[in-house]
Amino acid sequence: MTTIKSLEDLKKAREEALKKRDVKAAAGTAQVIVGMGTCGIAAGARDTMKAILDTIEKDSLNGIIVTQTGCIGLCEKEPIVQVVIGNQPKVTYGKVDPEVAKRILKDHVINGKPVSDHVIQM
Amino acid sequence: MTFEQIDSSVIQKSVDEAIQRYGAKQDELIPILSEVNRSIGYLPGEALDEISKQLKLPKSQLFSVASFYRMLSTKPRGRHVIQFCENAPCHIAGGRQVWQALVDELHLEAEENSADGKWSLLTTSCLGICGVGPVMMIDDDIYGNVDPKAVPDILSRYH
Amino acid sequence: MKYYRSHVLVCVDPECLKKGAHEVEDALQDELVAQGLIDEVQVLETSRIGDCANGPELMVYPEGVHYTNLTPNDIPYLVEEHFLKGRIATKFVQEDKKVIDEELSAPTSKEVRVVLRNCGVIDPENIEDYIAEDGYQALGEVLTEYSPEQVIDIVLRSGLRGRGGAGFPTGKKWQFCRASAETPKYVICNADEGDPGAFMNRRVLEGDPHSVLEGMIIGAYAIGSSQGYIYCRAEYPIAVRTLNIAIKQARNMGLLGKNILGSGFDFDIEVRMGAGAFVCGEETALMASIEGRRGEPRPRPPFPAVKGLFMKPSNINNVETYSNIPQIILRGPEWYASMGTEKSKGTKTFALAGDVKHTGLIEVPFGLTLREIIFDVGGGIKDDKEFKAIQTGGPMGGCLPKEYLDLPMDYEELAKAGSIMGSGGLVVMDEGTCMVDIARFFMEFIQDESCGKCTPCRVGTKRMLEILERICDGKGQEGDIETLEMLCEQIRQDSLCGLGQGAPNPVVSTLKHFRDEYEAHIYEKRCPAKVCKSLIRYEIVEGVCTGCTVCARNCPVTAITGERRQTHVIDPDICIRCGICMQVCNFNAIVIK
Repeated sequence: MTTIKSLEDLKKAREEALKKRDVKAAAGTAQVIVGMGTCGIAAGARDTMKAILDTIEKDSLNGIIVTQTGCIGLCEKEPIVQVVIGNQPKVTYGKVDPEVAKRILKDHVINGKPVSDHVIQM
Repeated sequence: MTFEQIDSSVIQKSVDEAIQRYGAKQDELIPILSEVNRSIGYLPGEALDEISKQLKLPKSQLFSVASFYRMLSTKPRGRHVIQFCENAPCHIAGGRQVWQALVDELHLEAEENSADGKWSLLTTSCLGICGVGPVMMIDDDIYGNVDPKAVPDILSRYH
Repeated sequence: MKYYRSHVLVCVDPECLKKGAHEVEDALQDELVAQGLIDEVQVLETSRIGDCANGPELMVYPEGVHYTNLTPNDIPYLVEEHFLKGRIATKFVQEDKKVIDEELSAPTSKEVRVVLRNCGVIDPENIEDYIAEDGYQALGEVLTEYSPEQVIDIVLRSGLRGRGGAGFPTGKKWQFCRASAETPKYVICNADEGDPGAFMNRRVLEGDPHSVLEGMIIGAYAIGSSQGYIYCRAEYPIAVRTLNIAIKQARNMGLLGKNILGSGFDFDIEVRMGAGAFVCGEETALMASIEGRRGEPRPRPPFPAVKGLFMKPSNINNVETYSNIPQIILRGPEWYASMGTEKSKGTKTFALAGDVKHTGLIEVPFGLTLREIIFDVGGGIKDDKEFKAIQTGGPMGGCLPKEYLDLPMDYEELAKAGSIMGSGGLVVMDEGTCMVDIARFFMEFIQDESCGKCTPCRVGTKRMLEILERICDGKGQEGDIETLEMLCEQIRQDSLCGLGQGAPNPVVSTLKHFRDEYEAHIYEKRCPAKVCKSLIRYEIVEGVCTGCTVCARNCPVTAITGERRQTHVIDPDICIRCGICMQVCNFNAIVIK
């Protein structure tokens, strides 16, 4: 991480952060975002995250970036996983246990078919 | 394992490490007490003596602080500490049945330790994850959406 | 003195740039200079105003107007219309766009997300995500363009009031602290959110920690402090961890520590954990705790702004108050003040809980009525039951019945109605709630958390709890209500801190609005809502009961007797009121009396 020593540096840092995000979007990269706020963890998000990372490793799935986020405010539906592929609108899934997580990876992320019975209409 | 006397060297080490980490100053008292409580499981009198010596604070003052805060205990605790949320939102979400399941399974009432030294059953104030109530913590693990029927299984994960 | 009355955000996403966003921006700058407006209208670059299909585009605040499909030639007309004549240049406005910042709108249309804007959107453990969302730009602006007095002036003009519950004007608080001559000064963030059902602060700490850090750094610059503390309750270990990661990343990037952004300003932050005491949410108790003492409040004056932590001038604000600051700087105080009511400006997060369809956290502008919050944002009462009461402000808040549904959310309005804004907890209760039981429930919490310093609070709440428990147990007596009223008055008047002063509120408000329930409990030994176990009976209705024996077989205490095909009977002395019989009966033959 570069040190920011002035306002110009800060503006540059912002541009770079935005550029990185655009590169991801343009490359059609798949992003899987797991809600890891305390409510998510209480509902089992750690197991979900583990299942996602294990599946990616076991099946050698490439081009998937897994990140985390905080509480999105739908605590009753935790664990929550959001999927963003390239420029497409974000799809939010609720009640994602390890099994559902694997289905999301295989059906939606790899084969482009959202797992409709777990999608939350935002 | 029952509530044996904790070895003096263990206590000394825990206190020394905590004071080294935070510094021997009064305003670091609560972090130091919390750290020692965490590593030993509670705050034995010997630990308070040692902290009193190193921080140059009267032991009565230490005891007064240690007894004020819910998460610090001057009494021995079990190896595993269950903290069950007893506040309104969890209560509304079905907390009573989960509490009953805990009491039935452990044969303990609130603030009690099991005879074999394995469990402490405590109630706690709101943990702030009311969206997934009923809620409880066992040591550092957080459990939400707790089903009374799942209680025996959850407890069996701890040894 | 730089006072911007307008902010223009120019989208510089790649697609907009390709279409000439920089040329439009240059034309805008030139025209503003030519018209002598460059000191009044600030031009900022940003991203994702719309979807760039209609770029180059601008967003102008505080009006929130979205201009699209612009060319440099359009700019002179736009500047003349909008900034000189004060009219929206409608020919550049996309018709189907709402005149509200879409970026801020959340699923329910009445919500406006300022504090919660990044939660669930960014990775809280990646500072670059925050920077991409204009993070630390406000700090950059402050350190390069504003003096501390100017920053305080902006906060004053925004109308921001402390979000921890007391609602004291934040700008004034900062002013008092700045005016104190003694050093060092401290900036403290109160993250000891203890109200049951309230987890707004946790969400921000775990989802957008940098917004809090940025707010604190700006506050520190304004008051002249170089050391800050975040006091976070120990029940939020993940929030503590996220905060520490954020602080480390900010330090690594030079946004915390010495010579921030090359301005010569030093500031650093330390996280301190609580140890399980609700009362440490009170500012003087919190400071005592940081000092390594019992978390007992002390009298004020002297106020923390004069003598606070370690008896030095300190500014203490809530998590939510700080996290509003960057947006107020970036979008301007007029934008913030354009939301809300006359005295309560901006937005507030609330935790909606209880018998409402959509529970959880919401953020709405002040001025929305209770009815709109419960029925529009909250979706109405669960199972379509009848609304009975709503408690606002946490365990020391008052309960308001349906006559108050059209009350706007506003600090003064709530106080007039006998309740408080508090931290923002809202507990919705339906017809199946016993108001005496609810008062007892909250008194139990308050009694448990009383620090013990003041006799009226320590002993008074205990006596009140005893009376309430007796009443719920069917042992209420003549004179109980009068005793409760007297105790309420004494505790309120003579307690040192907000916990004691607010402790009687649930009882006072339920006595005021639901006195008949208390009287029914005491004089008729009846619980109208059929909740208090000692005052209800489970009865099997003759004529409906078919004698199928299912209830008898499921009763855990064998309180039900009866022959097959004969009406069964529940013995009220053995019955523990668990309700299982009612659940298993297939004929609805069991009622509560």
